[in-house]
Amino acid sequence: MPKKSITIALAGNPNSGKSTVFNNLTGTRQKTGNWPGVTVEKKEGHLKANGYDLTVVDLPGTYSLTAYSIEEIVARNFILDEKPDLVVDIIDASNLERNLYLATQLRELDTKVIFVLNMADLAMDRGVKIDADKLSELLDVPAVFTVGNRNKGTRELLETIISVAEAEIELPRTRRVYYGKDIEKAISELSQFIKEKIDTELPYHLRWVAIKLLENDRIVKERVSQAGNPQGEAIFHEAELQRQRLREFFDEEPEIVMTDHRYGFIAGIVKEVLKTVSESRVDVSRQIDQVLTNRLLGLPIFVFFIWAMFQLTFSLGTYPMGWIDSGVGWLGQSAGQILPEGLLRGLIVDGVIAGVGSVVIFLPNILILFFCIALFEDTGYMARAAFLMDKVMHLIGLHGKSFIPMLMGFGCNAPAIMATRTLESEKDRILTILINPLMSCSARLPVYILLAGTFFGARAGNAIFSIYALGIVLAISVGRLFRSTVLKGKVAPFVMELPPYRAPMLKGLFIHMWDRSKIFLKKMGGVILIGSVIVWSLSAFPRQVQFSRDYEAETARIRAHYDHGIAAAQGNDLGRLVRERDEAISALETLRAREKMERSYIGRIGKVLAPVFAPIGMDWRGSVAMLTGFVAKEIVVSTMGVLYAAGADEDEKSEALKLALKKSGMTPLSAYAMMAFVLIYVPCLATVGVIRRETNSWKWTAFSITYSTILAWLVAFTIYQGGRAIGLV
Amino acid sequence: MKLSELKQGQRATVVRVGGYGPFRIRLLEMGFLQGTEVYVEKYAPLKDPIELILKGYHVSLRVDEAARIQVENVRDEV
Repeated sequence: MPKKSITIALAGNPNSGKSTVFNNLTGTRQKTGNWPGVTVEKKEGHLKANGYDLTVVDLPGTYSLTAYSIEEIVARNFILDEKPDLVVDIIDASNLERNLYLATQLRELDTKVIFVLNMADLAMDRGVKIDADKLSELLDVPAVFTVGNRNKGTRELLETIISVAEAEIELPRTRRVYYGKDIEKAISELSQFIKEKIDTELPYHLRWVAIKLLENDRIVKERVSQAGNPQGEAIFHEAELQRQRLREFFDEEPEIVMTDHRYGFIAGIVKEVLKTVSESRVDVSRQIDQVLTNRLLGLPIFVFFIWAMFQLTFSLGTYPMGWIDSGVGWLGQSAGQILPEGLLRGLIVDGVIAGVGSVVIFLPNILILFFCIALFEDTGYMARAAFLMDKVMHLIGLHGKSFIPMLMGFGCNAPAIMATRTLESEKDRILTILINPLMSCSARLPVYILLAGTFFGARAGNAIFSIYALGIVLAISVGRLFRSTVLKGKVAPFVMELPPYRAPMLKGLFIHMWDRSKIFLKKMGGVILIGSVIVWSLSAFPRQVQFSRDYEAETARIRAHYDHGIAAAQGNDLGRLVRERDEAISALETLRAREKMERSYIGRIGKVLAPVFAPIGMDWRGSVAMLTGFVAKEIVVSTMGVLYAAGADEDEKSEALKLALKKSGMTPLSAYAMMAFVLIYVPCLATVGVIRRETNSWKWTAFSITYSTILAWLVAFTIYQGGRAIGLV
Repeated sequence: MKLSELKQGQRATVVRVGGYGPFRIRLLEMGFLQGTEVYVEKYAPLKDPIELILKGYHVSLRVDEAARIQVENVRDEV
């Protein structure tokens, strides 16, 4: 009986159009996650065809299968350990020679393979024609043509997949790379040696194990010793002897000679299957690049694109943000009316709805930002951005590709950190994640506007600008420091392909945008919800507070005092009296709210922490505001509204709050220290959640929280105490 | 001569990739093999990295990385 479910793995070079073929095959029925234990994205899709259930696994794009990068190890291990029924190798037809390198390595793994010659139209434009039958004959592998971005050939590919996966064919043992007399001799001798030493079955094909041991492959060595073979050492010794012999003979590392042989083999194939039909026609992509990476125009155009991206994100984003804001407000109000006054109402309205609402509001920004990033990636411009900015980023020990995530940080750190996925080196990724929160996000701006507006008057703009600049300077210094200490190691090499420009597919753009936004939304359901509830509880409990005065009695007294007059008054007097009464009551309410906050748990914690904040110029109210700011930075403003007794509804432009702040004993110096602290200390909950997800490590998450808080305190301390020492106030 | 000493618009043949370890293998896997033709398409606006064309595709390398590649037969493209 034929098998009814088939697992296929998609392999291919980066930029070979692999994800487009994947999208064409599986549509939107995709699942995105991580490969176990690493932060390499794993995509899986399902489809039904001809009575078969197909599971398609998208392997990371790699140029090779040597175990030098995580992506290569992940791809190779999947093929070896999970044993998919079929491996589909997507080959960029317009770049045949280099793409065949991976193909020859896949053939060596002895699994069923089919070749997909993608972007055959582009190859034709370049004036080359590929003889697929010949290729298929020379490598003994079926080959199919597709044009991914026009969804051509998908049906035929599907038919081929099913028929090959179903067929009980003998794996071709011939027509593979011949490494030359000396290496072949070493391979067969080593194979023989392994066979004699190990009586149990090896999980992999013998010839392949021998080749990999001759190449000194770390992972295969681990596997051989893991298999519990006491003979492991003897095998490694034999392999090392063979390597030594080859090294002396060729005066070169054996793996280098073998790479040479593979390319030699490929050159032979390319000569047979590639026909030049016309002399190179106009290369449009190259002409576009003459402008976009032009010596003079390249950088200004890049700056323009980035500017446009932010304009789009924040101006277009304003409208849906307004809708969401009113929606959340309406939801809070309705819930407030339905639920009876009490603990549950407080929890739902002030805890859950307000907390999650303050983060949901960023969803439009995030969607637009990710759409732009997907556009940069799918057109091929992202590689150019890295090409243009590499020199600058190299100063911090980072790759050019880190520039975009750093820049996005000015908008919102959460999506910015998610965008670090485009970085290949794990160290680069972690470093970029660690310093990203130093790019001052837009949620911190209201705090700066309030403080600078209150204490710096006409110079507020300069003060805010200097805070942004401080963030950049710190990012550079901290980046360099980490690079030479905790993240020591070589900077990732910049061997980066600049793929031809391509018109993006709308469907692909939306899939990419949604994939990432989904992560953000999921985060909200978990971490942010819990965090909001905790902070709400801390400020709502204990329920029964022993107030210093009897607010209710005082309110009643005010009412009694005015009600008599209001009843008798007429015309203007009536309005004035009502206003006076309401003002008096609301002033009392504000005092009550302030006292309630002061006596709540969060207020008590704030008071306990006050001695820590005192040296940086903050009193207990400042420390409470910083604590609540952990949920979202903009909450700092409303907390200060409550604590400085100006009312909770105050925003950063409120005159009452400004006045209250001035009276509170804060000085321009302490305000500036506070701005610096807000810039640097623990990023908001959403960002911390994303850091955890993207580093896949609690250790790095804890490190990020700790270093940023200590650094924030040190900088604020230096500003405040240093300023006082030189006589500033 | 080092590949990094070439000017924009020059073509040369790869003799040898120096250095050792993963980086060297990576360069070879990307096609920087002895006898391969390399064309210097352009330098980035800040003079680093370099954009090269080899085996029909475009790739960029940092200048100090290109300095590890020995080339010969340097000629100007007509």
